[in-house]
Amino acid sequence: MKVVDLDVTPLRELNQMLHDQHSRVDVAAWRIVNPRGRHGIAAGLDAALTVEIDGHVGYYCAGMNKQATVTIDGSAGTGVAENMMSGRVHVKGDASQSAAATGCGGLLIIDGNASARCGISNRGIDIVVKGSVGHMSAFMAQAGTLVVLGDAGDALGDSIYEARLFVRGNVKTLGADCIEKPLQDIHKQHLRALLDAAGVGGEVDANEFKRFGSARQLYNFKIDNLEAYG
Amino acid sequence: MLPQQVSTGVSQRNVCGIVGLFLKNKALEPKLGALMTGMLATMCERGPDSAGFAVYGHGDPEHVKLTVRAIAPDYDFGPLATELSATLGTPIAITPHDTHAVLTVPARLADAARAAIAARTSKVKLVGVGTRMEIYKEVGRPDQVARRFKLSEMAGSHGVAHTRMATESAVTTSGAHPFSTARDQCLVHNGSLSNHNALRRKLSRSGMTFETENDSEVAAGYLTQRMREGASLGDALEKSLDDLDGFYTFVVGTENGFGVLRDAIACKPAILAETDDYVAFGSEYRALAALPGIEKAKVWEPEPATVYFWERKA
Repeated sequence: MKVVDLDVTPLRELNQMLHDQHSRVDVAAWRIVNPRGRHGIAAGLDAALTVEIDGHVGYYCAGMNKQATVTIDGSAGTGVAENMMSGRVHVKGDASQSAAATGCGGLLIIDGNASARCGISNRGIDIVVKGSVGHMSAFMAQAGTLVVLGDAGDALGDSIYEARLFVRGNVKTLGADCIEKPLQDIHKQHLRALLDAAGVGGEVDANEFKRFGSARQLYNFKIDNLEAYG
Repeated sequence: MLPQQVSTGVSQRNVCGIVGLFLKNKALEPKLGALMTGMLATMCERGPDSAGFAVYGHGDPEHVKLTVRAIAPDYDFGPLATELSATLGTPIAITPHDTHAVLTVPARLADAARAAIAARTSKVKLVGVGTRMEIYKEVGRPDQVARRFKLSEMAGSHGVAHTRMATESAVTTSGAHPFSTARDQCLVHNGSLSNHNALRRKLSRSGMTFETENDSEVAAGYLTQRMREGASLGDALEKSLDDLDGFYTFVVGTENGFGVLRDAIACKPAILAETDDYVAFGSEYRALAALPGIEKAKVWEPEPATVYFWERKA
């Protein structure tokens, strides 16, 4: 495992070293110490790396991630895993606003709470938040999944397209065109798979969740295009 | 201007940086300025236009401190002290700090001292008045501003600081935060208010005076007005959720209190950290990362539309 101390190594140098692994992986395991809230740590990765970050990170950590597994042993600032394509990002603390914004794929796990706009404009990423999420979460979400073990704030799923939302606790209010839908076996299976992937399948019962999704009244939904909506 | 440049400008609006530190452990008080200097320096990127800070330091109820700033950069404060001592009929202590100076006058002569300063507007301008509060602000890079005023040598129980990226009004020293609209009260603001003109007119009609066209000064004036009517700082902040329209994260200081409020949409970033020794506020965690014991601090993002308020025992 290669250890990089951000008190010694400039952040750009670290990110360049990680990006140098894209064409050929020489070092697969990385540990980053003293992040001290810096922005853009481990952003833009595109290789099967494991990156452990020991402490709190700033904005856009692991943004645009492809393939890599990034673990943050602390809390994350705005836009963690934004626009993630694939791979896995695990925040052991809390996440600030717009976590996984516009994410296309992969899995984001947040052990603590996520603040406002979690999973905004989701385009296919799966998000599991073990705590609660703030207001306007899943705003304009188009695909993917948001699983919340705690509560959801105001206007959950406002202007939602076809993303799937599962909340175990209370939802303060639902946003425009977001409605509760029946939790069927197919949804429970999907939910269980995500709970397993987040490491809580054994302790959390999928039956305790409510499912929310689009009423399909607000956007120009065409049943002929259903396949394309995912 | 190219469309791309326009959109870049819009996305960078209202950045600004805020830091605040409220000490619970008196043993840290000599280090307040040094800790704030480190916090402020990390926020240079968020607001390179100007910076300012308020420090709540030593004070006694028999005296008030008037912070004034000179209009000319190389102004000699010596003759001002002599003139004011003659006008007020008592010796006035004056402590210059670069372009600013703190005048310590007997509390009973506070209004007379203000009038004497107001009569010299071509030379000096009043920045703030407090039993314990001193305010310093200048245009320029925040780390340089802190160095000019020797913030790192200042002691106190709490303080707030601001780095400004100007949006609603010009880059001037007067437009720099903090804004003070009453004794020992100050406010720093990240965001922009949309109803500040209407609110300024309303507050002006009820007798409040404003020094600038700045939206943040209106927010400070609004809180002052509410507190004059008997509200606590916490209650005044609570009421502002109804009356102030726009984006804001406020950090507010009073003689013994320290408050934080974000609007309900909460676009403007904010992080709080608390240990047995202090409460610290930063626009970003980076600003708090060098504080002692931060590794074990409770660190959280303040909830939208929720008032946070701490008070020290007088």
